Amino acid sequence: MNRFDYVKPATVAEAIAAAGAPGAAYLASGTNLLDLMKGNVVRPERLVDITQIKELTRIETLDNGDVRIGALVRNADLAYDASFARDFPAVAEALLSGASAQLRNAATVGGNLLQRTRCAYFYDTASACNKRAPGSGCDARDGENSQHAVLGWSDACIATNPSDFCVPLAAFDAVVEIEGSSSRREVALEALHLLPGSTPEREGVLNPGELIVAVRLPAAARGFARHARYLKVRERNSYAFAVVSAAAGLVIENGSIKQARLALGGVAAKPWRAHDAEALLAGQSAEPEVFEHAADAALREAKPSGDNAYKIPLARQLIVRALAAAAQGTPSRMPALPASPFSAVPGALHDA
Amino acid sequence: MNWTVRLTVNGEPHTLALDDPRVTLLDLLRERLHLSGTKKGCDRGQCGACTVLVDGRRINSCLTLALSLDGAAITTIEGLAQGDQLHPVQEAFIAHDALQCGFCTPGQIMSAVGLLNEGQAGDDPERVREGMSGNLCRCSAYVGIVEAVLDAQATLAGEKERAA
Repeated sequence: MNRFDYVKPATVAEAIAAAGAPGAAYLASGTNLLDLMKGNVVRPERLVDITQIKELTRIETLDNGDVRIGALVRNADLAYDASFARDFPAVAEALLSGASAQLRNAATVGGNLLQRTRCAYFYDTASACNKRAPGSGCDARDGENSQHAVLGWSDACIATNPSDFCVPLAAFDAVVEIEGSSSRREVALEALHLLPGSTPEREGVLNPGELIVAVRLPAAARGFARHARYLKVRERNSYAFAVVSAAAGLVIENGSIKQARLALGGVAAKPWRAHDAEALLAGQSAEPEVFEHAADAALREAKPSGDNAYKIPLARQLIVRALAAAAQGTPSRMPALPASPFSAVPGALHDA
Repeated sequence: MNWTVRLTVNGEPHTLALDDPRVTLLDLLRERLHLSGTKKGCDRGQCGACTVLVDGRRINSCLTLALSLDGAAITTIEGLAQGDQLHPVQEAFIAHDALQCGFCTPGQIMSAVGLLNEGQAGDDPERVREGMSGNLCRCSAYVGIVEAVLDAQATLAGEKERAA
C-alpha cells in the first residue's frame, strides 16, 4: 500500500472541499478500497474519511413517500430494517446475498454503488487492463473469462459490475443523490454506471470530487412488494459474486401482470435493466411461456465475450425462475439462503 | 505527521499515536497492543480469521483503518472470557471439537458471538451456516462449528429465559 494523507471531515461540505485535491479518494468502510490499495491497484494520495458524517447515516421516508437512504447506511442495517425489508423485499434479499456477514456489517450503501469490478486481470497489476491502465490491452480477452460480460461489452473491456444491491435498485428506478463543490444533482441508478466502449477506465458519471450522499427509492416501488424476488447463481451458495443474477418485480391483478420490473446482474459492466422484457410482460398472464418470451427479449443482444456462452442460457433460465418466484409471491420470511435458486420452498431448508 | 486514535479494547481505554495512517485495526491489535489472538489469514477480507467486534458488530479487522474507528469499543478473543469462566461460545467450541489446527478459531468464535448478537439465525442450522460463511476453515471443521454455534445459541437463549 502506498503512503497517503488522511483527513476526517465532519460535514459533507468539508469532505467535498478536502476531496478537491488531485489524487484524493473518499473512504467509507474501505472493504473494497483498502483491498485495492493493498494490491496497489489503486494508489490515492489522500483519503477523505467520511465515516464521521452523521447526516449520511439516516434511513428516512420523505413527505412524498420516497425512501431516502444515506450513503453511509451499512448494508446489513438496511437489509434488516424491518420497514425497509417489508416495502422493498428484493432489495433486502439482494443485500443479504452479497459478501459475508462481516462485510455487510461494514460496507456502505454508497460504497456498494461504487465498488470496482472483480475481474482478476484488473486486480493483477502485472496483467494488461484497459480499465486500470488505459491503452495497455485486455488480458481477460484470451484469459480466464468464463465469468465475464455477455451484454454491453467492448473489445477494450469485458469486465462485469459485481454489485447485487444495484440490480434491484436499477429495476425499481432508484435515484442517486450526488453532491459536488458547486452543485447538487440527481442521476438515475440505471444511468450511474457506464458501459466500457473505448474508455473502460471511465466507469460512471461521477466527476472527480463528487460524493454520493444518498440513494432514493420511489414510493411507487412499494407496489411490487408482494411479488418481488432477487435470485443469484454463484459458484457456491454463499459468499460469492454472481455468475448471473436477476431482480424481478410484478404487480399482478386477477392473474394478469399490470406492471413488471426486471434487471440482471453479473452480465455487464452495469446493472442491466431489461426494459423490452418489462414491456412484453405488461398486460400478459403470469405464466411460464410469457416469462420465457420476456427472457428472450432481455437477452436478444447477448453474445459471449470468451468462455462464457453458457451464461446466456443460464441467464434465460434464471430470468424465468425469478419471474415465476416473484409471481408466486414474496416469501413471508427472508429465505435461509437469500437469493438462492436452490431453495425449493421459500424459507425452508433446501437440503431437508 | 501524527494521528491519534482512542479505542476501548476489551474494556480498557487506549490512546494511541500513529505516525502512519495505513495501520489497520488488525495490525494495531497484533503489533501495537500485542493482542495476537486475532489472526491474520488472507489480510484481504476473504477468510474471516481477523474477525473482531466493533461496538458489538462483527467485522473484518484487516479491512478497517484503525484511524477510522476513533472512539469505538473493540472486543477480541482475549476479551470474551470472564477470568477463568469461558464464554458459552468458547465452551461450545471445545465441547463439539469445532477445530483442528485452531488458526481460524478466534475468528470463528468472534463471528459466532456476532451472529448470536444479531439474532437472525435462531436455531436453524441453514441460517447458521449462511451466517458463518465469512469464516473459512481449511481443516474443514464446519460440522462441529455449526453444532457449537447452535449449542451456544441454546445456552444463551436459556440464560436469557432464566433471567427474564
